[in-house]
Amino acid sequence: MPINIDLSQLRIAITGGTSGLGLALVRLLTARGARVAFVARHADAVAQVAAETGACGVVGDVGRKDDIYPIALQVTGNLGGLDVLIHNASSLGPVPLALLADTDCEDFEAALAVNVLGPFRLTKALLGALAASAREGRGAIVITVSSDAAVVAYRSWGAYGASKAALRHMTAIWGEEAGADGIRFVSIDPGDMDTPLHWLAVPDADRSALRRADDAAVEVADALLAALPAACLAGVEG
Amino acid sequence: MIAAGRRDRRAAKLAVVDARGDIRHLPRAALADLFQAGDLVVANDAATLPASLAGVHDASGATIEMRLAAWLRAGDPTRFLAVVFGAGDYRTRTEDRPLPPVLARGDRLTLGPLVAVVDDVVGHRRLVRLRFTGARGTVLGGLARHGRPIQYAHVPEPLALWDVWTAVAATPAAFEPPSAGFAVDWATIAGWRGRGVGFATVTHAAGISSTGDAVLDRLLPFDEPYRIPGGTAVAIARARARGGRVIAVGTTVVRALESASDGAGGVGAGDGVASGRIGRETALRVVDAILTGVHEPGESHFELLRAFAGDALLGGLVRTLSADGYRNHEFGDAMLLERRPLRTAAGMAAA
Repeated sequence: MPINIDLSQLRIAITGGTSGLGLALVRLLTARGARVAFVARHADAVAQVAAETGACGVVGDVGRKDDIYPIALQVTGNLGGLDVLIHNASSLGPVPLALLADTDCEDFEAALAVNVLGPFRLTKALLGALAASAREGRGAIVITVSSDAAVVAYRSWGAYGASKAALRHMTAIWGEEAGADGIRFVSIDPGDMDTPLHWLAVPDADRSALRRADDAAVEVADALLAALPAACLAGVEG
Repeated sequence: MIAAGRRDRRAAKLAVVDARGDIRHLPRAALADLFQAGDLVVANDAATLPASLAGVHDASGATIEMRLAAWLRAGDPTRFLAVVFGAGDYRTRTEDRPLPPVLARGDRLTLGPLVAVVDDVVGHRRLVRLRFTGARGTVLGGLARHGRPIQYAHVPEPLALWDVWTAVAATPAAFEPPSAGFAVDWATIAGWRGRGVGFATVTHAAGISSTGDAVLDRLLPFDEPYRIPGGTAVAIARARARGGRVIAVGTTVVRALESASDGAGGVGAGDGVASGRIGRETALRVVDAILTGVHEPGESHFELLRAFAGDALLGGLVRTLSADGYRNHEFGDAMLLERRPLRTAAGMAAA
């Protein structure tokens, strides 16, 4: 991402914004001037990140159906609309990771709720705002954070991998369906990152071999800029 | 939740009424097949606030229901015009709701996690100007968690936000849903697009539709802020230039577009406030047809329809649709009422 780019025209929502890649994205995009709202479950962490970055914090759990519309209301109410939605929040399923045969149904359901149903519901609730952005020529984009586990069958990553595969495919279908409304959908695999989620999954990993979340955030931001219509990009380059 | 009403959405009915009063009865899903290339459909993309807040009048300890009814400053969620009821909720008809305790300037109201202060009582015991304490984000969070959609006794199930947001709902601006928009889903819009029928939106802050109090109801609708995007103004000008018609989805779109009329068939883009009523005396300058719910004489929405058609036609229409079992509440059936006849195929070719 070019250092001088100014995103002050963009209104961006990020789920899972108090940790890992989501937190790195909130920091990066607010530093570039974007108007950011982020979502996370714990009020204390939300308040802390909001105070640090100036972004608008929304307390909510994308895995809970009843939280979705209150989240959507606060995102669009605070930002006055929405141009970019980044589905970053993820659930591993069982912790520690487990063979599918040893996975509790409830853990699998939790992974599906956060990784598939949550993005489906939140996209649906915010689709009107994104379509309005597209009609105004602002460039409406939905980014989902994917994983190589969505494609490769890794032992003991069953709940996570299956849910991420569903998310990746759903993102592709949304893209087919909503492209004519001017909304673009992008899946990004940021790779294995040195984040709390990865520490939970692989506690004994060599952290020096993992990617820094800040670097992955730059890649996501680059993908975001690449997906913006050319007219919008001309408008945001500072 | 009104899951039952949602499930039979495809079974909902649509009466297409031409300027002579001739009626065609169609399934509502046929909406995607109506209109002609060059026509433009304009919907209201206002999302609906959870504008009913249960709480307590601190000074008396009395329970109240506060219904946010209109913006005092467009888009500022800390200040509202509001209608106050005494104890109870939507399950009691608004006409039968008790008065709130006597409110005075400076009174504090505790509404769940929110605290509000009465800035003024506006000429009626039920009508106040209200100011929430706290910053914008805090107030929006409190509304999102504690507020419920405004609803009326004819729908017994408690409504959730997903029941009152239309498919195209974007930013929270309305106090009650722009309900004609329930007829429009994404497949409908795709159907129009495939046939060269345009789709555009305005954002119009539909206010409270009824208070149950005859004195207050005479003041409705309150002033309603609206925004007309530049793209919508351009699309209307283009439709006009091609001889296409402008079809408004709902009375709120008529209010916004006619309020923003430039007098020559087009509209100006930008922010405005719609005030006053549209009725029999109003000359429509922008809108050619309205897609709306089925309204009855006496409702303010019905009064607006008198700008589209004469009383004889509307009277006959109401009787016919009632006899045919059309449902006349906000989650019910729909009708399309034309101000002038459909253009002929030959007219299209000439255009």
